[in-house]
Amino acid sequence: MEHTPPPFFKTGPSPLARLLIFSALSLAFLVADARLGYLVTLRQFAEVIVYPFQRIAAAPAGIARRIGELFSTNSTLRQDNARLTQESYDNAAALSQLKALVAENEHLRELLGARERLGVRTIAAEVLYTARDPFSRKVVVDKGLRDDVTAGQAVLDERGVIGQVTRVYPWLAEVTLVTEKGHFVPVQNLRNGLRAVLAGTGDGALELRFIPLNADFRDGDQLVTSGIDGIYPPGLPVAQVTRVERSATQLFARITCVPLAGVTSHTHVLIVSTRRDLPPPPNEERKSPRSRGKSRKG
Amino acid sequence: MADLRITPHEILLPVKPGFIVLTLVAAFLANLLPWSGVLLWVKPDFVALVVLYWCIEQPRKLGFVAAWLLGLAMDVADGTLFGQHALSYSILAYAGIVLHRRVLGFSGTPQVMHVVVLLLMNDLIVLAIRLLAGSDFPGLQYFIGSLVAGALWLPLGTLLKLPQRPKADPYHAS
Repeated sequence: MEHTPPPFFKTGPSPLARLLIFSALSLAFLVADARLGYLVTLRQFAEVIVYPFQRIAAAPAGIARRIGELFSTNSTLRQDNARLTQESYDNAAALSQLKALVAENEHLRELLGARERLGVRTIAAEVLYTARDPFSRKVVVDKGLRDDVTAGQAVLDERGVIGQVTRVYPWLAEVTLVTEKGHFVPVQNLRNGLRAVLAGTGDGALELRFIPLNADFRDGDQLVTSGIDGIYPPGLPVAQVTRVERSATQLFARITCVPLAGVTSHTHVLIVSTRRDLPPPPNEERKSPRSRGKSRKG
Repeated sequence: MADLRITPHEILLPVKPGFIVLTLVAAFLANLLPWSGVLLWVKPDFVALVVLYWCIEQPRKLGFVAAWLLGLAMDVADGTLFGQHALSYSILAYAGIVLHRRVLGFSGTPQVMHVVVLLLMNDLIVLAIRLLAGSDFPGLQYFIGSLVAGALWLPLGTLLKLPQRPKADPYHAS
């Protein structure tokens, strides 16, 4: 027996039912993306549809910049030219020395029987925009799968490391900045070669984690990539130590750093890929239970 | 110049589906502009605003599918978690559709108050998802965008109703 009259209009499922369907679908997507890392292909497909809109939206800013360049005055151009000429002279001297040093280094490495340093390949890219996500620090650059960009590659500007490619689309790539919370870069102190791990804090600064109180870090120390991760090529400047706090109540020193690269203010970047032919990571856990026991005691 | 004010119960022409699509695309493009710095905090979520507007004004014309797909597009464009805006826009669309009679019963400031609450709810859903995913709370300035969106609500209503207004007064046609 019918208790409610049939509806006058065909409306399909009720709003609540639709809400539940779409919420469940969204939640499934969220979990698949955040926890399981699925949906990469679906995301790339969606990006191909969104891409024209992104280019259209980014166009006015690009045009404005071009117009600004058009009206740059004669004197600024001349100043720039003089500065660049001076820089190229300075660099030429350094470069000629570098060539000699590279040859010498190769020779010494041969004598020592060490492996050769890997060459790096760079791709120049332009930053399209800063991702509008208040929770993370990312920029989007205009090179993607079509230009052989892959996730994990390091991204630099002329002063140092900006971050790392974390997501690649056919024509775009997302770069997570070094200042992102939970982003780690293995670094080395340029002054004394101490290795450490540099972590982003999410508020524009960086900090060195788990450094003993007596470790030799001072204000003004330059940190360069150590290269032991196999992702960042070694020797690239990353950050400068700005403050070292040592307190007897803490187990570790608090070392705050600022990034050297213009992390928020760049337009052109280099995407650097290293050839990765590293040996597979040693699987100590399973093979030597004795050493594990030791480390637990210590 | 015609009087641009729209009285609450004025009889308007039916809205064209093409116009709805046009406004949604425009809102999406507005969201994609390279906002940065302070503007990024002040920027209202135009897509949420326009989706809510159509769900309240034309609950039978705009539904969950459009809101959900726009949410996915926003997620891809912003590099956020896939589905976070899709979820929040779906819930926003639901709230708009269910409450449209109530919201339209008010006019002026009380209506804006309703809209601001709905948009803040939209923000809170995104916030909850990101906090669960392990991000930090970005600070109270996160909510400024929705307050700005509330301030834009009445001008937006006037603007989006312009194509629906009759061309000329039939009794005083020239």
